[in-house]
Amino acid sequence: MGELRAYVALGSAQLRSATSYRASFLVELFGNVGATVFDVLTVLVLFRATPAVGGFSLREAVLIVGLSSAGFALADLTVGNVDRLKTYVRAGTLDAVLVRPLPALPQLLLMDLPVRKALRVVFGVTVLGVAVAANHIDWTPGRVLLIVLTPIAAAVFFGSIFVLSASLAFWWVDSGEIGSAFTYGGRDFTSYPVSVYGGWFRNLFAYALGFGFVAYQPALALLGRADPLGLPAWAGFLSPLVAVGAAAIAAVVWRTGIRHYRSTGS
Amino acid sequence: MYQRDASVPTISRIGPFRAFVATFGALIGSGFRRYATYRQATIAGTFTNIVFGFLRCYVLLAVAAEAVGRRPAGYDAEQLALYVWVGQGLLSVIGIWGWTELADRIRSGDIAADLLRPIAPVTGYLAADLGRALYGMLTRFGPPLLAGALFFPLHTPARWQTVPLFAVSVILAVVICFGCRYVVNATAYWLHDARGPIMLWTLGSGVLGGLYFPLRLLPEEFVVALWVLTPLPSLLQTPLDVIAERDGPALQAGLVGLQLLWAVAILALAALVQRRAEKRLVVQGG
Repeated sequence: MGELRAYVALGSAQLRSATSYRASFLVELFGNVGATVFDVLTVLVLFRATPAVGGFSLREAVLIVGLSSAGFALADLTVGNVDRLKTYVRAGTLDAVLVRPLPALPQLLLMDLPVRKALRVVFGVTVLGVAVAANHIDWTPGRVLLIVLTPIAAAVFFGSIFVLSASLAFWWVDSGEIGSAFTYGGRDFTSYPVSVYGGWFRNLFAYALGFGFVAYQPALALLGRADPLGLPAWAGFLSPLVAVGAAAIAAVVWRTGIRHYRSTGS
Repeated sequence: MYQRDASVPTISRIGPFRAFVATFGALIGSGFRRYATYRQATIAGTFTNIVFGFLRCYVLLAVAAEAVGRRPAGYDAEQLALYVWVGQGLLSVIGIWGWTELADRIRSGDIAADLLRPIAPVTGYLAADLGRALYGMLTRFGPPLLAGALFFPLHTPARWQTVPLFAVSVILAVVICFGCRYVVNATAYWLHDARGPIMLWTLGSGVLGGLYFPLRLLPEEFVVALWVLTPLPSLLQTPLDVIAERDGPALQAGLVGLQLLWAVAILALAALVQRRAEKRLVVQGG
């Protein structure tokens, strides 16, 4: 109960500071939607040149990008700012977090909750809604469950990737942009049908790292399409499992990292 | 008469041309050394550039495979692959994002120290930026291009003038990008906080500069308007179209000529903005 009050205090302080400069906040709110709008716009521009990409039509591709954007935006809103960990490690701010009697990760997230990213989630879910309406989905109880679970599973999965890439800073403070290759790179990867990519690159990202289960496999299951790459139809229902697995790995790495942390003393 | 005291070279805004060149060169050198100290960051950034190269290249090749005539927007598959990989190499050379130094110095008041220097701020920051770009060219340009060449068939330039023209185009792109960033940062003189304009710049420059997809995929009239009315396509689209030999020799050279006009215009604008700002600048005390 006391813990909860502490979190509420951290969160509401964040909300007050974000909204105290109203004009600046509005610019950031709309600027942030811009980034997600351009992701979807890129898909539309590419389909101007061709009727199909990777064997998928525009409608089907929008379903994939919608699932990916909704999940990514939700993860970016809630845990995205964990990538500032390297700044905290360098500046020694992390010490102040660790001496408080609360777990470090929720504190870090609430210290810097990016309220300005909220509209992105709204936009991502809207694109998903439009895609669901544009495709003729044969609704079964399984598919209804899937459309609800997939964006949440995608958010958990991306959230785990955010935590994993941020954890790099415990071992390598100058990890720089490496994390972006998997967070923003993962978002770009999941925005298109996996059949677009080739060779070892596809195997690595889609199956070894699990990005294929974020949006592509669930979209196939929703559409009732056979996977041109040969995975069975029930593979789409694996996405919550993949997400839970990723979260478990992220939790272990995070804990190891916290224990490994040596303060800079500054 | 102008005299040198002992062996100390005089640095002066109204001094002779040689002293100016020496100062400008020294500033380029210091910009180079400043970025050369972040070696791990260079490696990390290169890795990320390469991953994004794979992502963009596969997507555009999939578009090419199913487009009518297999030439979306007039590029064949090898030209598209070259477009992507040279683009990933140039990204940090041209340095579209992440420069908030001027805005930060304006907000903190440190800009006052820059105004006391015997070299105009626009010139001083340009020299440092050229040093940064030179370091980027030596370290960040090659690896993505090499990775691309190993995994994808890339277009090989066929005309003799393409490579020198590309070199000129890259230098002009660096100057134009610097000028744009300078003007965007300088809005902090009036707004005290340039975060809004910097965010708009980050969004606009990536999409309308030709990074996410070749602008030629957009309706033609729109692209021409963009090219003539804004400096954005001159940042990446022009050097990439030049090296991919997307157009005939005349248009190829014409696009670089357009870049030259933009480079002059944007530097003049930056200098004008700086002069106006200096007149109304109130340095915060402390």
